[in-house]
Amino acid sequence: MLENFIDFLSNGENLLFIIFSMLVIVGAVFLINLQRVVHMVIALATTFISLAGLYVMLDAEFLAFVQVLIYAGAMTILMIFGIMMTKHEKQNEEPKRALHNVLLLVGSIGFFIILYLAIQDAVFPIQEFTSNEENTKMIGIELFTWHVIPFELVSVLLTVAFIGAIIVAKREED
Amino acid sequence: MISSYLTLAAVLFVIGLYGALSKKNAVIVLLCIELMLNAVNLNLIAFAKYGINPSLKGQIFSLFNITIAAAEAAVGIAILIALYRNKATANVTEMNSLKK
Repeated sequence: MLENFIDFLSNGENLLFIIFSMLVIVGAVFLINLQRVVHMVIALATTFISLAGLYVMLDAEFLAFVQVLIYAGAMTILMIFGIMMTKHEKQNEEPKRALHNVLLLVGSIGFFIILYLAIQDAVFPIQEFTSNEENTKMIGIELFTWHVIPFELVSVLLTVAFIGAIIVAKREED
Repeated sequence: MISSYLTLAAVLFVIGLYGALSKKNAVIVLLCIELMLNAVNLNLIAFAKYGINPSLKGQIFSLFNITIAAAEAAVGIAILIALYRNKATANVTEMNSLKK
């Protein structure tokens, strides 16, 4: 048992996976359990950065940089602005919705068990993506040849969403 | 190796689901939704390397996913700020104007 475990950890990839996944789960659990809102956002930033590490392990370097830039950078700052714009007192609410919380916990754990059993049952082929050195270049070429219409549609959608966000959040002056 | 990535994504998704349904602060609910979207991205990228017929398409799909998540977070924060200006609350249980 212990020898198996040490054998498992002596592989560098497994060790990195264990470290990053621990950081991801610890950040997510702290997001649920911490008291102050800003601390929750910091815990979530830990999760996002560790996920970027996992993406590097999965040969997705470009996605890792996008993750750090957009999630750990932009999203965290946006959420902190949202917290500053609104007022938050320290959350020390008494459990008013006890039944709701118990049902939610049971449902979540049941859902996780279903997912876990499905993952264990599934058979995946031992077939690995042979990544070449120029992953980012290949993504760019695919994005501008085969996927160019979804790409343009997404850019239009993003513009419309941001203009709409500015209009919604603008102070109404009559 | 892929089943460990999928299990990690399932754990993340369930934690995000629990938080999104149990928290009362609207900002934290938005953060938990981002956590769930990240779990889905991890699945897509894991399948892009280890799945059946692995290719770069999974990474491109998760790029689109990240874009949509950014748009969703921006609109969510904007609605939250507008609501706070009108009702002075960030508590999701008090956001029930449509029920009255």
